[in-house]
Order: sequence, then C-alpha cells, then structure tokens
Amino acid sequence: MATMVTSTRPVIKKGAGGGPSLPGPNGNGSKRKGGFPDPDSRSNRYRIGMWVGLASIAMMFTSLSSAYIVRYASANDWLPLAVPRAMFVSTALIVISSITIELARRKLKRSFQDAYRRYLLFTVLLGLAFLVSQLISWRQLARQGIYLASNPHSSFFYLLTGAHAVHLFGGLLALAFLWLRWRREVSGSALIAKRQATTDAVTIYWHFMDGLWIYLFLLLFLWR
Amino acid sequence: MSVEHHEVHRHPAPTSFIRKYIFSIDHKVIGIQYILLALAAVAVGMVMSLLMRLNLSWPGTSWPILETLFPTGAPGGVMSPEFYLSLVTMHGTIMVFFVLTTAPQGGFGNYFLPIQIGAEDMAFPTLNMLSFWVTLVGFIVILLAIFVEGNQGLAQMLTGLGPSFVGGSGTVGPIGGWTGYAPLSALGKIAGPGQGAGMNLWVISIAIFCVGSLLGALNFITTLLNMRTKGMSLMRMPLTCWAWFTTAVLALLSFPVLLGGGILLLLDRVANTSFFIPSGLYVSGVLSGTQNFPLHTGGSPILWQHLFWFFGHPEVYIAILPGMGATSHILATFARKPVFGYRAMVFAIFAIGLLGFFVWGHHMFISGMSPYSAIAFSVLTLSIGVPSAVKTFNWIGTLWGGRIRFTTAMLFALGFVSLFVAGGITGLILGQSSLDLAMHDTYIVVAHFHLVMGVASIFGMFAALYFWFPKMFGRFMSESLGRIHFWLTFVGVYTIFVPMHIMGIVGMPRRYSSFAEYNFLASLHPLVVLVTVAAVITISAQVLFYFNVIWSMFKGKKADDNPWEATTLEWTTATPPPHDNFAGVLPVVYHGPYEFAVPGAAKDYVMQTDIDTEVPSGNGHNGHKH
Amino acid sequence: MGRVLAVIIWIITLLSVLLFVSGKWWFPTAISDHAPALDRQFMITILVVGLSFTAAQIGLGWMVWKYRDTGKSGDRAIYTHGSNRLEMVWTVITAIVFIALGVMGQSVWASLRLHDAPPGSYSVEVVAQQFQWNFHYAGRDNKFGRTDPKLIDDSALNFVGLDSSDASAADDAVTTALAIPVNRPVELRLRSKDVIHNFWVPQLRFKQDLVPGMEIKVHFTANKVGKYELACAELCGQLHFKMKSYMLVLPEEEIQALQVLPQDQFQAKMAELLAKYPLPTY
Repeated sequence: MATMVTSTRPVIKKGAGGGPSLPGPNGNGSKRKGGFPDPDSRSNRYRIGMWVGLASIAMMFTSLSSAYIVRYASANDWLPLAVPRAMFVSTALIVISSITIELARRKLKRSFQDAYRRYLLFTVLLGLAFLVSQLISWRQLARQGIYLASNPHSSFFYLLTGAHAVHLFGGLLALAFLWLRWRREVSGSALIAKRQATTDAVTIYWHFMDGLWIYLFLLLFLWR
Repeated sequence: MSVEHHEVHRHPAPTSFIRKYIFSIDHKVIGIQYILLALAAVAVGMVMSLLMRLNLSWPGTSWPILETLFPTGAPGGVMSPEFYLSLVTMHGTIMVFFVLTTAPQGGFGNYFLPIQIGAEDMAFPTLNMLSFWVTLVGFIVILLAIFVEGNQGLAQMLTGLGPSFVGGSGTVGPIGGWTGYAPLSALGKIAGPGQGAGMNLWVISIAIFCVGSLLGALNFITTLLNMRTKGMSLMRMPLTCWAWFTTAVLALLSFPVLLGGGILLLLDRVANTSFFIPSGLYVSGVLSGTQNFPLHTGGSPILWQHLFWFFGHPEVYIAILPGMGATSHILATFARKPVFGYRAMVFAIFAIGLLGFFVWGHHMFISGMSPYSAIAFSVLTLSIGVPSAVKTFNWIGTLWGGRIRFTTAMLFALGFVSLFVAGGITGLILGQSSLDLAMHDTYIVVAHFHLVMGVASIFGMFAALYFWFPKMFGRFMSESLGRIHFWLTFVGVYTIFVPMHIMGIVGMPRRYSSFAEYNFLASLHPLVVLVTVAAVITISAQVLFYFNVIWSMFKGKKADDNPWEATTLEWTTATPPPHDNFAGVLPVVYHGPYEFAVPGAAKDYVMQTDIDTEVPSGNGHNGHKH
Repeated sequence: MGRVLAVIIWIITLLSVLLFVSGKWWFPTAISDHAPALDRQFMITILVVGLSFTAAQIGLGWMVWKYRDTGKSGDRAIYTHGSNRLEMVWTVITAIVFIALGVMGQSVWASLRLHDAPPGSYSVEVVAQQFQWNFHYAGRDNKFGRTDPKLIDDSALNFVGLDSSDASAADDAVTTALAIPVNRPVELRLRSKDVIHNFWVPQLRFKQDLVPGMEIKVHFTANKVGKYELACAELCGQLHFKMKSYMLVLPEEEIQALQVLPQDQFQAKMAELLAKYPLPTY
C-alpha cells in the first residue's frame, strides 16, 4: 500500500524505527483503499450541497417570517387579505408535483429510464402550472385593487409568494436541465452515481419548495 | 487504479487565457482573483479614511486637489459635511464587505482549503467562479453608488430603472453608515443628500454581495465535508480549515437574513411599502402622504436593526475567524511547535461562532428595544470573551518553549495576537448595558471594532500573504521590505487607535464631520491631530506593501516546495501547485497538522503525509500499535 | 528580532497605560444620580481590561524574547500538545471574571430602565427632527396638550404639531433647549418626526434613541445646577454634527417660575437663563 500512496514530493523516510502509523480515520471523500476518491461518496457532494443550500434559503424565509410577525404586531394598518381562489389550485398542483418527482427519483434508482424521464416531464409541467396559477392569483388581487404597497399584509403576500416563485423557477430550470441533459444513456459507475445524486438533490429541493409553499400559505392565511 | 486515476482529473487544465485566468474554475485562480479584488477595495477604503482624517483634523481647510477630484463633494476644495458622511458610509461598507469578507475567506480560504484537505478542487468549481463574479458585480455597483448622484453621464444610464433611480442631483454618494439605519436609509431623496439613487445602489450592491457570499459558503461547507482525502479526519485538519469552515457556516446562516432585510429596505425605497417606515412622518417640511412624499403607515424602524445586526454581529466573526486560523497555523510553524491545545482551539472557534448568533442585541441597547432583553444580550456578550481568551492563552502557550523564527509572516501573526487582545478586551466595556449608556456611538466603539475586526483581521491576512506567497507565486516576498512594513504598521495602528479610546471616554461621537460645535470636545484636538499624523504614516507604509507584492511576483527570490519547513498538505505539492493540486495523486494523511519538534524524528517537523515517522499518540492522530 | 519585538510591545503597552492613567483626558464631571455607580462600574471594568491587556502583552513579549530561535543546530522546541488542566483553569477563571463583570454591569441599567419614572417626576416631551431639538413643556396645568403629526408645520413654528383647539395646550410651551429641575426625577418622552436621533448629554452618562413611530419614556435625576451641551448621537443625515442644544439644570424655584410662563415669555426667559449659566470648563 505504501507504494501506492505517494505524494508529488518524495515522502521523508527517515522514521525513528517502527512501521508506518495507521492511516487513521478516513476523510469523507475516500472510503475505499488508496488515496483516491470513491465515486459514490464523492457524488454525495450534490446531496450535501443541496442540504447546505436549503439551510440558507430556510434562513432567508425565516428572516422574512420574523419580519412578518414583528410587522403584524407593530401594525395598526394591517388589512388581512382573503385567500385568492387560485391559491388552492396552486397548492394542489405543487403537492402532486412532489409526488411525481419522487416517482421519477425512484424510477431512476431502479434504472427505469423512460419512466424517469416521463415523470420528470410531468413535474416540469406541474411546476409551470403552479407558476401560472400563482400569476392568476396575483391578477385576481390586482383586479381588486390590492397591490404591493396597499397594506402590510399585501406587501408580505406579494413578497413571500414572489420570493417562493423565484426559487421554484430555479428548481424548474434544474429539472429542465436534468431532463435535457440525460435524454441519452449513461454508463460507468461514476456517471450513474452522479446522475442519481443530482436527481436526488433536485428532488430534495423540490420537496423543500413544496413544504415551503405550504408553510407560507399557512403563515399568510392563518396568521392574519 | 488507472481508472480512478482519471477521475481525479475531473476537469482538464484549461489552455486559453480567458479560461485560465479570467473565467477560471480553478479555486487557486479564483482565490487570487478575490485577493486582487480585496487589494483594490482596500486601497479605495484607505484613501477614504485618509480624506476623513484630514477633514477631522483641519476642518474647513481648502484642499484644491479635492475640488478637482470631487467637484460635488468638496466645492471650493472644502469637504462638505455630506461628503464626509458619504465617505464614512462607503469606507465602512467597502472595508467590511469587500475587504474583510473577501480576502480572508474568498481569497485565502479558496486557495488553500482544498489543498489543505487534500482535494483537487472545490466541490462545485463552476459555482465557485460564479460566486467571485457575483461579488465583483457587487463591487462595481457600490462604486456606481458613489458617483451616480454626482455624475450626469452615469445618472443618464440608470434613469431607465425607475424614478427612484434618477441620479445626477449634483450631490454625493449614499449616507447611512455601513449599518444603513432605517428610516433614514428608507425614505429616499426627501431625507436629504445621500438618500437618492446612490442609496438604492448601495442596497442592491449589498444584496448582490449576499448572493455571492452564500454561493461561496455553500461550496466551502460541502468541500470540507465531502472532499477530505484519505486519513484527513476532522481532528487532523489544520486550524485554518476549521476557521474557514466555521466562517462559512456563519455566512450561510447570517447573509440570508441581511438579504431578506435588504429586499424589504429596497421595497420601502422603490415600491412605497412600509416595512421600516412608520406613520405620521414629517420630513423636510413635508408630511407623509402629502405632496411628493408617499403615505407610509405602521412600519418598524427597529425591525431593520434586528435584521441587520442578526447578520452584522456574525459578520464580525466572519471577518476575524480566518485571521485566527491563519495566526494559529503560522505561530505553530515558526515557533516550530505543535499548536497548544488544538482541541480547545477548535471548540473555541465553534463557541465563538455559536455565541455570535445570540449577541446581536448589544448593538441595540439604547435603540428602544426591551430593557429586559438588553440584560440577556449583555451577559451573553460578555461570555463571548471566554472562548476569545482561551484562544489567546493557547497562542501564548504555543509560543512557550518554542524556537521562534521571526519571518515577516510570523511578525504579523504575533502582531495579530497583540492587536486581537488590545481590540477585543474593550468588548468587556462595550458589552455592558450600563456602560453603553455612556459609550454608545462614541469613538471608543470606533477604536474597539477597528482594532479587533479591522486591523487584527488585516494583520492575519498580511501574515497569511507573506506566509503563502511563495506557494502561490513560487517566489518569496521581500523580507526586508516586509519588516519595514510590519514595524511601521504595527506601531502606526496602535498610535491611531489607542487615543481613540480616550476620545470615546471624553464622549466624542462618531460620524461627526466636525467637532467644532462642542466645547466638551475642544481639549481633544491634539489627539485628533496625532491620530491623523499616525494615519498618514501608516497608510503611506502600505505603499511599500503594494510595491512588495507586485515586485516580488516577478523579481522575488525563488522558493522551493516547502520553504518554511511546514507540515501541512499545501507544502507537499509543487510550487506553485499544478491545476489539480496534486498532479493526479491525492496525498494520504498519517498525522495531525502541527507535528513539530517530535522527539526522535529526523527533522524537527513531520509532514502530514510522512508515512515512516512515528509520532507519539494523542492529539489528532491515531496511536500506533506494537 | 525577538528582543526588538518584545521591547516594542512593552513600550506600546506602557505608553497606552500611561495615556489612560495620565488623567489629562477623562469623563466630564458627572451630574446625575446614577452616574457615580456607572463611573465606578467603568473603573472596575477598565481595571480588569487594563490588567488583562498588560498581562497579555507582557506575556507575549516575554515569550518572543525568551523563545527566539538562537540558531543552535539540533536544538528543538518543547514537544507538547497542550494541557487539559490548564485549559480548564483558564476557561473557568475567565468565565467567572467575565460573567461576574457582565452581571455587575446590569445594575445601573436595571435601576434606570426596568421601572417607570417615579411619581412626582418632571415630564418633558422631546420631539427631534433633522438637526433640531424641540422640547414640549406641559405648562401651568401639568398636562401636555394634544399633538398630531398632521398639525406639524415647521414654517408656522408649530414644530411638534400642538393642537391649539385642545384646552390643555393653551399653556404649553415649546422651545429648542431643555430645562429640567435639579434633584428631582425627570421623565423624558422621546419622539422623532423623521429619522432616528439620539439624546446624549455626556455629563448625564445617558443616551437614548428617539425612534419615529414610537414614544420612548426614560427617566433620570440630575443633581448639579448648570448648563450642559446636548448632542445627537445617532447618524441622522447631513448636519448630524450640528444637531446641538443645551440642557439647563435649574433650581426648583427657577423651574417653577419658568413652568408657569406662557409661550412667548417662556422662550424669552429661556434665552435669559441660557445666557446666565456658563458652560462648565473642561
């Protein structure tokens, strides 16, 4: 093993007797023998990176939520909005899309490529439909003369739904990317692991967007 | 093995100039780009501080050059109060965001974190490139913010963005301090000079910066968790890596809050919402809801302060933690001794990071928030002194019994310890709610945070640059110039900032463009002038530094792979490191990061990859079995 | 090099300490009831700060002096990774000292801020605006007249929006300087018309933000007759540095005499008193 493990500089071999000390615990990047990355654990980076990224997105919505709660308490100008009808449709759409993307992920795991792509496409369409439905509810409110600056509840309504839509749009781009990029077959353990990891990451993101929407919906229409 | 060998080369070395040096995805190039950005930004910030000092010492004096350079800010060559305040604002913003957040983390962290953990690049190289370019856009926007009100051509370009972006009023850049307290920062042009288009761009710049930092933080955390090489257990990582990791976690959780706050502030400014603007305001002779002043109701100015300082306090640690890491690293290397209390150092970094999230209220004792919460914030604040003191004790413990080699890098690291103590210890005064009644917003605050998060952090970065320069560019920086730079800077910063504590005790308020109005400040004038003279000398000394950097890149003494006889992974690879850091073969780690002076070893240092040398058990490496 | 650095560090430490103990520059003489306790807490704290600072710098200097590399070949540093016992000792000691200091540092705050002004306090409404202080006195009836932002009109000199149709407003006075009684608790009701300002009188050892949209009530007791400078200590815009006024601490009979005067005479009397009392010498 020692022969395999050389750095670019020659290792100093003037030890004070005794054999080599044990390699010791692994870094995460290499569970296999030798100093080389293991494709499975390396592709974990997509899942880890996604969770880390979600932590920051969660922090931003936490800050906006706390602003919402503080502003709600400080206000004498708060006029609660009624739930725009289309928002129930939005909610249904995004919950279903969560199911379809989960199916896609599982199909990929069992290497059912066609079903995978089909469910990805469903999810993209459902995501687009969600955005359209959100747009419709904005239009519904605008028709009633309720705009961003009308009152604090409407300000937060447009802000939170808008911020969510922007993030969801990012998720749609990622889905489209998955769909376009892997219409072709892949081979090789590393690429397969990578494809599964990126799909997992996007799935996690999409579920998060779903959960975030439900949270925002409850915040906006229960805490008013 | 050959199959796996190829996987290390995830991306081949680029050949075109643009892919290699401009839109590079190599973390080393990106690190250098961040350092260059910080070097440019710090020059701008320093010139601003020089102008401020000149104005404070000799207010009303006409400097014809000022009128030439800033016709709107210094009519007749005399600095206007609003120009002074805009300098205050931009100096703070540029230094905190584009110097103290970029160089330590984006610069040195980017360059050395992957190498020190034995990775061939960051986890997401393209994201890494993006984070730099986003940050650069933020810097360009902040520069535009300075000039948009004074420069007609620039104002023309931005008019398409909407009425609140119309600049060219012939005044100065944004005014609000780096904290941008609402409602001053939220009201728009009606609140006076410095509240127009420049302020919009200031908010936008910070929001852009937040996005760039978040991309960077995500990358750092993932890289450290996922990309460590074989044998690089967490407790074998250099303390620099722990510091960068904790910094990234702080950035990841605090920047989104500022981003959220920034969006709300921008909406208040451009869309007439009322997140931070309360009702019944009467500004510049106009009542809210009449004439050209939109109606605002019910907003909470203190909400902005909470959001800002929830970010702002961790930001202080974002600035200094990497300096702490570099200092620990360099002290051990040049004292030829293992870091004293490695585990305690790791826990202290974590404790500082964690507590840093629960003390933001100490900036707001007298803001009108609940006096009860002030007490909680105050006691928590004082307890942050404990891990800070632990770090200091361990640094001194590292030196104890060492064989100290006084390179320029070591001098700056020692300077860091001295300045960190000097600046940090006054936190004991400012953290007490009672004493804040007298001390809030006086020069003792200025002295405290400049010493600890400004100068100490910068000393950490100076140490890091003198230390790693040979690895980055294959040449040493000039030691003679470096020493002169150190002596002038070290004595200079003490001469600047120690007297400021005294000014604060007398009661001198910060962000005043002149003290002439107040009798009780008159006796301080000799100190004010002393500080200015010291500042002029200290800033001049930095010219030496810039010269040294540029000259040494091309003409410095050539360095070999491990010129400092150091132990960590960056010294096992070629100088400068190849595109994938380790020329296709990742190193394997057998020891803790700071095995100096190991009894029985052939040399006084054992590299982390050294397979044949035995090291006594404990502290970051496995025991050996017989 | 090690010895030079050690000496420089020690000289810097010595000069810094000398600057603090010289006594040439220090707090202005205190004039409030809570100030002696605050000053005492400050002295205790700065003693801890000074001792820690000096000890750390002397220790740092000592290490670089003593353990510089003398260039002897084969001479190595002491091989140690630290001592858990030492870590425990200094963690516990600093925790005790720092947290004790932190707890002590709450007493003045708690005595001032955790309860309302005592009954019988002298109340003044403070309405700050960009670069000007307005002080609204209740007048003979001890009742503040109604104010409304909609009635504010700077050009008509109605700076606080006093409603002249309100009966209790008739005897109210508004001036740009503050007059308060000596040795009697004073309650300030702080408001702002535009942006955040901060009420700051160095001799009082007292600061408080004035936040638009809020009325913040604070109280203190001044105990020395005289005229003192009043500054704004929160960045409020272009002329922040000029947002200056005076605080007059008057004997009870003078404040009583002043209180009953109608607006125009009140202002004339105020000007007279401002001229009468000199600023402290610094």
